[in-house]
Amino acid sequence: MNPADPSPLWIRGARVIDPAAGRDEAKGDVFALDGVIVEKLSAADQAKARVVDGQGLVAAPGFVDLHCRLGEPGRSARETVGTGTRAAAAGGFTTVVTMPDSLPAADNVGTLQLLREICSREAVVRVLPAGTLTKGHEGKALAPLGTMKKAGVVAVTDTTSGVQNNEIMRRALEYARMFDLVVLDHCQDSSMTEGSQMHEGAWSLRLGLRGWPRAAEEIVASSDCLLAELTQARIHLQHLSSGGSADIVRRAKAKRLAVTAEVSALHLLLTDAALADYGTSLKTNPPLREEADRRALIAALVDGTIDAVCSDHSPCTATEKDCEFDLAPFGAATLETAFAAAHTALVTGGYAGLPLLLARLTHGPAKVLGLAAGTLGVGRPADLVLLDPQAAWKPVRADLASKSGNNPLLGHALTGRIRRTFVGGRQVHGA
Amino acid sequence: MASHDTWTKKDLTGIEELSRAEIELLFRQADQFLPALAPGKGLDLMKGRTVVNLFLEPSTRTRTAFEISAKKLGAEVVSINTTASSLVKGETLRDTAENIRAMGVDAIVMRHSSAGSARYLGSVLDISVVNAGDGAHEHPTQALLDAFTLRRRFGRVEGLKVTILGDILFSRVARSNILCLSKLGAQVTLAGPATLVPAALKDAFPQVTIAHDLHAALKDCDAVMLLRIQHERQTTTHFPSLGEYTSQFGLNAERAAWLKPEAIVMHPGPINRGVEVESEVADGPRSVILEQVRNGVAVRMAVLHLCTGAISR
Repeated sequence: MNPADPSPLWIRGARVIDPAAGRDEAKGDVFALDGVIVEKLSAADQAKARVVDGQGLVAAPGFVDLHCRLGEPGRSARETVGTGTRAAAAGGFTTVVTMPDSLPAADNVGTLQLLREICSREAVVRVLPAGTLTKGHEGKALAPLGTMKKAGVVAVTDTTSGVQNNEIMRRALEYARMFDLVVLDHCQDSSMTEGSQMHEGAWSLRLGLRGWPRAAEEIVASSDCLLAELTQARIHLQHLSSGGSADIVRRAKAKRLAVTAEVSALHLLLTDAALADYGTSLKTNPPLREEADRRALIAALVDGTIDAVCSDHSPCTATEKDCEFDLAPFGAATLETAFAAAHTALVTGGYAGLPLLLARLTHGPAKVLGLAAGTLGVGRPADLVLLDPQAAWKPVRADLASKSGNNPLLGHALTGRIRRTFVGGRQVHGA
Repeated sequence: MASHDTWTKKDLTGIEELSRAEIELLFRQADQFLPALAPGKGLDLMKGRTVVNLFLEPSTRTRTAFEISAKKLGAEVVSINTTASSLVKGETLRDTAENIRAMGVDAIVMRHSSAGSARYLGSVLDISVVNAGDGAHEHPTQALLDAFTLRRRFGRVEGLKVTILGDILFSRVARSNILCLSKLGAQVTLAGPATLVPAALKDAFPQVTIAHDLHAALKDCDAVMLLRIQHERQTTTHFPSLGEYTSQFGLNAERAAWLKPEAIVMHPGPINRGVEVESEVADGPRSVILEQVRNGVAVRMAVLHLCTGAISR
C-alpha cells in the first residue's frame, strides 16, 4: 500500500458525521497531518494545506468491510488486489477484511505472507486478511490459528463452506478464544441446500429452481448461539439473509452472549423477485429472500441487532456467469455499490437516517473485530470519505473499477455516491 | 403483444410469455395441421429450413414428436443427444448454440436440465428457440398439447376443472399446465403428497387449489392429468417408496370410479404402469393418452411454423 500522505489536508465546510464520537456537525472541517486526523492545523500548515471543498457533501470515517474477496492469490481472473482495492476505494471502504477461500486457501502462513506482499505493492486501501478456521476450509481439522494470528489474520472463518460439524465448531471456538480471534461463521446447513439455487418460496417454485429454505441458515445461526453460550467465545454471524436469523441474534444479545452479525447491502435492497429473469449476477450465497426478510433485516440493523453492513463482494468473471443459472457460481461484485445500495434501501427508503447507516459501515464493523478504524477521532489514521447523499445515479459497467462485472445493480437507480476517499490522508478515489 | 391473428415471437420459451390470444391462435394453426398427420400426408411450409433438436437430457417421445413435426412441415432435422454435463466439459451452451447457428440453422429445439436455459438461449441467439423442457421450469409444448386435447374433447377449456396429480414440485409439465390452463380459464387443482405438492405452491400460483385428499381432488374434475413419478430426480426424502406412492395416490379402477362419467384421464408419458396409473385405467375408455401424443405433433408443427415464420416476416 502507498504510504500515508504527510502533507496537510483540510476538508472544509462539509457536514461531518462521526458516529463513534456522536458527532454530526452541519458545517464543519476535518484536518489531517502526517496521515492522521488532527484537531486543527497551524496557520503555516493551513496555508499550504490541500483544501477540499465539502460544500453539500458529508465527511465521514472511511468504511470498514468485514466481508469481501479480492481474488488473490489464485483467482486473479476474477479480481486482483489492485482492482479490488480500487473498487473498495470507489465504494468508500478504507479497510477491508478478505475471505480466506483463495487458491490456495489462507490456511497457512505462506499464503498469508504472499497476500501481504501483493497488498504491499498493489493495495490502495487497508487489507486485513481472515484466515480459515479449518484446514482448506474443509471442516475437518483446525487450521493453525495461533500461527496465523501472528501472521496477521484478524479473524477466522470457513466462509461459504461453513462448519457442518458442531463438535469441530465448539472446539474451534474454544481454541480461537485463547488467541482473542473472532470466529466469523457463514450459516448454512448444507444437508438442506444440496443443489439449491435460490430462496425457497413462491419465486423458486415459479422458476423451477431448487429452493434454499430460511431454516438452513437459521438452524446454524441457532447452533452458533448455543455454542457461543457454551464456550463464551466471540462469534460473528456473516451475511444474514433471513428475518428469523435476526431474531435469533436478537435473543442471543439479550442473553449478553458475545454474538455479533452483519448483513450485505444487497440484501437490504433486493428480494428474490429480482431473479424473475434468471439473472446470474443475482445468484448469491446466501440467497436474496422475501420482502418480509428484507424489512426484518433493516429493522435489525436499525435496532442494533445487526452490527454491520458488509459488501460481500464476490467477483466472478463474465465467462463464469454467462451460462445456465444453475451452472453459474454464486457471488455478486458489490464493493462499489454497497453504500449506495444500503443508502437507497435504508435512508431513501425512510427507515433510518444517514448517521445510523454510517455507524453500521464504520465503527459498527470496526468494533466487531476490535479494529482501530471507523472514526475521525484525533490521532486516528486519516481514513475518510466525502459523499453526496443526494446524488442519484445508475451504475455503469465501464465506470466500475472491479475486474468483474457481476454487479447486479448495473442500471439500477440508486441514491448516494462516494465522491472522494482518503486513506492515511492520501486520496485514493475521486477527482 | 400479439393481436388476434399475428404471431410475433421467434421463440417459445414458456407459457408464461404467451397471451391467451396467442395460445388460441396457435390452436387454430394446429387444427389446420391435423389432416397432415395422416400417413402419406405432409406439407412443405418449412421446405429448405433446418431444425436442430438439441437434447441435453434423455428423451425419446418429445424428441421424436419434434422430429416428426418438423419433417411433416418439410424441414430438415438434425438431432443431437448428449447430456448437459458432457457438454459443459467441452464448451458452453452459448458456444454450442452459436456453432449450430453458424451452420445456417433456422431453429433450435432444446431440452436441458437447467431451469431458465431456454430463455437464456433465446436471448443470445437470433434464430428461433423452442423449449422442449428446461429443468423443473417449463415444458410449454406439452401444456399446449394438453390444452389442445381438452379443447378438442370438450369443445372448450374455459370453465373446465382439471386436477394435476403427482410430482408437482419437480415437474415442468405441471408448471406449464398451471399457467396454460389458467390463462384459458380452467380451474386447476394440484394433488399429491405434501412433499411433492407443498403448500407454498399456492403462493406461487394463487389461482390453484391444493389437495392432499385424492377423493376430493377427483370427484368433480373434468380431467385428471397424471404426472410421471420421476424417481430419478428425487432424493428418497420426498416419499417413502414407489409402493407407498401407489397405495396412496396411484390411479386404479376403483379410484377412477370416483370421477364424473365424462371425465378423462391424461398423462404426458412415459407412463410408469403400476406406479402412478394402473393399466386398466391407462388403457381404459377414459384415457386420451394416445390422442395427446397425436395432438402433440400438430401442436409442435404449429409452434415451429409460427416461430420460424416470425423471423422471416
